[in-house]
Amino acid sequence: MIKFQNVAKTFRRARVLDGIDLEIALGERVALIGSNGAGKTTLIRCLLGEYNHEGVVTIDGRSPRTDRTAVLGSIGFVPQLPPPLKMPVGQLIEFAASLCGSDPKRIFDIARRLGLDLDSANGVAGRQFVRLSGGMKQKLLIAIALGRDAKVLVLDEPAANLDPEARKIFFELLAERAESATMLISSHRLDEVSTLVNRVIELDLGKVVLDDRVADDVALTGRLDCRIVVKRPEAAFAKAMAVWKFTDRGDGLEWTGDVAGPDRLRFMGMASRYVALISDISLREVDEKLGASGTPN
Amino acid sequence: MKQLWLTAKLDIVESLRARWFQIYTLVFGGIVALLFLFGLTESRVLGFIGLSRLLVTYIQLTMAILPIFVLITTVRSVAGDREAGVFEYLLSLPVSLGAWFWGKILGRYVVIFLPVFAAMVGAVIWALIAGIEVPWGMFGYYTALIAVMAACFLGIGMLISAVARSTDMAQGAAFLVWLTLLLFLDLILLGVMIQGKVAPEVAVTLALANPLQVFRTAALALFDPQLIVLGPSAYVILDLFGATGYQIFALVYPTVVGLAAATLGYQLFRRGDLP
Repeated sequence: MIKFQNVAKTFRRARVLDGIDLEIALGERVALIGSNGAGKTTLIRCLLGEYNHEGVVTIDGRSPRTDRTAVLGSIGFVPQLPPPLKMPVGQLIEFAASLCGSDPKRIFDIARRLGLDLDSANGVAGRQFVRLSGGMKQKLLIAIALGRDAKVLVLDEPAANLDPEARKIFFELLAERAESATMLISSHRLDEVSTLVNRVIELDLGKVVLDDRVADDVALTGRLDCRIVVKRPEAAFAKAMAVWKFTDRGDGLEWTGDVAGPDRLRFMGMASRYVALISDISLREVDEKLGASGTPN
Repeated sequence: MKQLWLTAKLDIVESLRARWFQIYTLVFGGIVALLFLFGLTESRVLGFIGLSRLLVTYIQLTMAILPIFVLITTVRSVAGDREAGVFEYLLSLPVSLGAWFWGKILGRYVVIFLPVFAAMVGAVIWALIAGIEVPWGMFGYYTALIAVMAACFLGIGMLISAVARSTDMAQGAAFLVWLTLLLFLDLILLGVMIQGKVAPEVAVTLALANPLQVFRTAALALFDPQLIVLGPSAYVILDLFGATGYQIFALVYPTVVGLAAATLGYQLFRRGDLP
């Protein structure tokens, strides 16, 4: 579906991409990883038809550069850095929906699912996009990318600014598109995206240094029931737990809640900061058919 | 066509919220207000009184301010948008490059022309209320002159934006272009002629090729048909075009310059890296 054939890009004397050959099929969820300057953003911009380059990039046999509107109509893109647009959120949604030929209601619905308040008097619909918080901007850009029938989703650090609750919904949204779309998720770190993908491509100095299929064991909609017991109540720990929507029994000692399957590494990373405080921790995958108790729902 | 209008609308919405636009509107509205406030309609210069006197002064001030304002704000916002990642995101949406570039020009043209025109319309409305005679011919020609001036410098600004890869470079280039055009105004040309280093024909050709000078001469021609203040260059201009011919030339030539610059800018934009 997506083909990179001997793609190279040079800025002045710096060769940022050096002979990239890749084929990515429909339904693949690819992590594009690599350190700063590895060429991830340049590769994405070539895929979006924004850069001139050597070699050939095609999506379903068409060039994103020469066949712009047709090809880009099937790509949803979430950039790493939100653009500093001054227009109100409502207008941005209308603008993107008009260009993409989609129903703005779909974008509004996804934005609402991600937790954006678009309806109240103090909601974000009338606020300037540039004045939103980082998390709000990211939710909105995700909503615009997913609020249409995109066959390719290009996501550059998409979950970086999202809170755990929004991430959980984001994973659900991706799961809904898993069969019908190809996903290219860029990140500096593999642990941020490893549970979302079934293929990992690592770039270094403009070359593919790793292209590996990974076990697709973690369902995007999977859930883990979690219980944590701490030695003593701690305000900082309670605050961290509140972010993950965990609740305690009232004494601040035993906390329970659930974690989205693809978010398990991030959750454990957070928990590791309190390792001296934690006396007991358990994570149990929930079988959606049986429920957490193990009895059929 | 829909993409072009959407892009134009986007640019208008973005510009209306930008600080430069507020300052820009304030400057031109303020000029007219100040001219009224200082009783310019009552003063008499070269036999002109009333709104004619105000319009003559307004067009001279506009010619001094508008080109540099349009150049700097255009290159700042276009190159600035590219640097800030606006292009990266918006050009990932399914919009053709032609619709994007020309839509941006259209939107920007509306926001740079309307405040200047609105200030003139405001002056006319005030004159009608105060019972001051309105010189409709002069108002019409000056409106056309301002419309052409805006188009000319917008086209040059878009060309600079397409060439320069950073805001600083674009701003520097815009300032240099304006300074060059300013240096080749008639006074300096006449000085060069007097020194005998350049043939008078070359000097006059340079003056006629300079859009700033073309506007200046056209504005002068309306109240000084013999172009006495221009000295010897006036003979060449009037022999070549005649008074009416020159007025038409002053509308056609800068439009062609602006369109040619914008078209070249589009070709460069289309062929280069977008963000």
